[in-house]
Amino acid sequence: MSDAAHIPDEAETRARWGGFAWTPENAEQAEKIIARYPPGRQQSAVMPLLDLAQRQVGAETGTQGWLPVPVMEYIGAQLGMAYIRVYEVATFYTMYNLAPVGRYHVQVCGTTPCMLRGSDDVLEACYKKGLKKGATTADGLFTLTEVECLGACANAPMVQINDDNYEDLTFDSMTAVLDTLAAGGQPKIGPQIERQTSCPEGGPTTLKEMVAENHDYRGRWEATGNAPA
Amino acid sequence: MPKLTVDGIEVEVPAGATVLQACEAAGKEIPRFCYHERLSIAGNCRMCLVEVKPGPPKPQASCALPAADKQEVFTQSPMVKKAREGVMEFLLINHPLDCPICDQGGECDLQDQSVAYGKGQSRFIENKRAVTDKYMGPIVKTTMTRCIQCTRCVRFAEEVSGIEEIGAIYRGENMQITSYLEQAVTSELSGNVVDLCPVGALTSKPYAFEARPWELKKTPGIDVMDAVGTNVRFDSRGRQVLRVLPRINEDVNEEWASDKTRHAVDGLVRRRLDKPFVRRKGKLVEASWQEAFAAIKAAKAGSSVAAIAGDQLDCETMYAAKALLAAMGSSLLEGRQTGMDYDVSSLAAVNFNSSIAGIETADAILLVGSNLRWEAPLINTRVRKAVKRGARVFAIGEELNLTYPVQWLGNDLGLLGKLPEAVTEAFAKAERPALIVGGGALKAGAQGATLALVKPLGLIKQDWNGYNVVHLAAARMGGLMLGYAQKGGIADIVAAAPKLLFLLGADDVDLTAFDKSLKVYVGHHGDAGAAGADVVLPGAAYTEKPGTYVNTEGRVQFSDRAVFPPGDAREDWAILRALSEVLGHKLPFDSLDQLRAAMTAEVPALGVGGLAGYAWSAPKLPAKASGPVGYPIKDFYLTNPIARASDTMQRCSAELLHGQSFAEAAE
Repeated sequence: MSDAAHIPDEAETRARWGGFAWTPENAEQAEKIIARYPPGRQQSAVMPLLDLAQRQVGAETGTQGWLPVPVMEYIGAQLGMAYIRVYEVATFYTMYNLAPVGRYHVQVCGTTPCMLRGSDDVLEACYKKGLKKGATTADGLFTLTEVECLGACANAPMVQINDDNYEDLTFDSMTAVLDTLAAGGQPKIGPQIERQTSCPEGGPTTLKEMVAENHDYRGRWEATGNAPA
Repeated sequence: MPKLTVDGIEVEVPAGATVLQACEAAGKEIPRFCYHERLSIAGNCRMCLVEVKPGPPKPQASCALPAADKQEVFTQSPMVKKAREGVMEFLLINHPLDCPICDQGGECDLQDQSVAYGKGQSRFIENKRAVTDKYMGPIVKTTMTRCIQCTRCVRFAEEVSGIEEIGAIYRGENMQITSYLEQAVTSELSGNVVDLCPVGALTSKPYAFEARPWELKKTPGIDVMDAVGTNVRFDSRGRQVLRVLPRINEDVNEEWASDKTRHAVDGLVRRRLDKPFVRRKGKLVEASWQEAFAAIKAAKAGSSVAAIAGDQLDCETMYAAKALLAAMGSSLLEGRQTGMDYDVSSLAAVNFNSSIAGIETADAILLVGSNLRWEAPLINTRVRKAVKRGARVFAIGEELNLTYPVQWLGNDLGLLGKLPEAVTEAFAKAERPALIVGGGALKAGAQGATLALVKPLGLIKQDWNGYNVVHLAAARMGGLMLGYAQKGGIADIVAAAPKLLFLLGADDVDLTAFDKSLKVYVGHHGDAGAAGADVVLPGAAYTEKPGTYVNTEGRVQFSDRAVFPPGDAREDWAILRALSEVLGHKLPFDSLDQLRAAMTAEVPALGVGGLAGYAWSAPKLPAKASGPVGYPIKDFYLTNPIARASDTMQRCSAELLHGQSFAEAAE
């Protein structure tokens, strides 16, 4: 955890966040989430509630949000859980931020497929823009984290920034994404090259006749003797 | 009842048993770290791998695999040997090779098992990961780099102690065991995680770097910190008991011990009385035994003599004092120092009748004025077990956290006369209803009112007696069996105004009432009793004399001597025997054996280990009770002179109960 962000001082956090409570909308949402689980199993709601709380903190601070200790305790109290159990969940998942982050939480995937496809270049682009692992930039815009596989290997290398994925990146396209975000714009979400989601680059390579209309391939199966019985 | 073979040995195990248990039944040793018979199954250390047919052609974790009929289990096959070696190699990857400076050395599961089942060498050449140490309070010292993440401590905190403050944070390579935000663990059973830890990650803080296990003399003993009678082992070196560990006794303490039981022993070498003292011109001055005895003789008490027994006394001392008083012509004996005067005409009516192990099976429990968590922590864990099995617990008294859900009825003993419908309904349905009466309730005069509930609540059934009294003093039941009780309690002694008063380790008596008496303190600590006495005779503490103790359920248990008393101090019975000669009433025993023979001749039950088994009868008492009930223990860690002299207990009290913070000094 050498690149983990420094968790803020407890007394300071308690002073700032000790009075945390749901906003009316979130309180309603929290009730809805808890109601999804059978009575006696309300603790199952801990993950969605932590996410909700992180978003509320984010909204209050104009950032991507994080989970101060008093907020975790607030949720623990609501669900009747020991605080340590909430804390365990919050520390287990990298999606919960234990320290404040910037407006954009840049999570660069560095796992093998992304690394082979050039995640080092993506990271380099971040470094060039002044981002440092585990730290927030001075303007409070970006926090950089290297994470493990985010499950978009077909579009490697990729980053997740807040709730969106940016995929098929290169040094240049990553720079462009960061520039757009810094300028207050919204870059194109998804693949940064000519490609639809995770379909083959440069258009379909199989079933090409299907692109324009529904094509009946059965004639070809008969020719190859592969016709279904 | 599945029948299976383990290495060719056929065994039959109860349904629901695991393969590991079946292997043990067949006499095979299965190495393990995370598995513990008193905790839930985690299955995360993988050390207990065995080969099982039928099944997938790979080793399986025996602790988490149910034993099934016609299984064939192999614990010695090449596959198992290789699997164990592999697991051990992985476990040792991040485990530091600091056994020479580790307190667990010599009693370390990892050490032993790596010798027995490991490869003998490592192929790991990378750097090991290190973990920062965590603060867990005054009892538990941590060296978290040694942790192998078996999670026994986490499960203990959650399942047995009920104080969920230990957890595993982060994950994978970064997983760390910690207390919540590194605060001190507030459980009074936290010391048990030290025993549970199979490696040296959690070790005892007060005992840090004190001794190696092979240097210690191990003596079986009985704990006197509360009335549970925890079976312990005194580990001593030279003249000092360095630590106390629980011994397994399923009927009493299972294998747990409270922090006070474990760690009050450092008080045994502080504030000790090691010389006789006599008060001269208002000041206690050192004296010889002869001078001290002469001072007692000079009182010319005749038959105007009384004895008050302390809370930690063994039956032998109480019997010797009783015999001495009888020879002098008095029977003014009392053990209830704080002035309680409940009726003792029937010992069963002041006994924990359902037995400590039996309370686990209760299905409806009413606590009357008892902070069970402090008064008898190991009975509290039993009640917690009962709750986990579905028992409902109601309580009368001030609300507090007993580690399990309790329906608080209010703090008014008047409720005993008109129990809410929820209680009577639950008790009517219960097969094994139990009432637990605490010391606070006895003090508040609720004995009659609780006894009056025996019939309406149906507490006594065939093979079940649910009327329970929790005592706070290790000496209480033994004292009552020996007649250490006056009808009016200590007030009767005050009224008799004895010329000579023996305080046998009694530190909680209000001595101002005995202004006119010559007060002789026989005991081991310079506490309140010695401070107010006129003659002080240095006695032996519980580790320094063989003794018979009777716990709150009437279980007679015997303790051995681990070390000798310091300085001029002597065993209490020997002091009384020597004094009897000076006073001209020579007691008829010259050895402990003779004393015990005389004692068992008078009270035969004290000669036989195990439950004394008092026949049930309830005295007729006024059944009215009202008013609030208070809990007698104000500070769990400082209830007796030994604990008060203990640095560890003082620190526990200051930190855990009074919120004083002790920042860790830089090491």
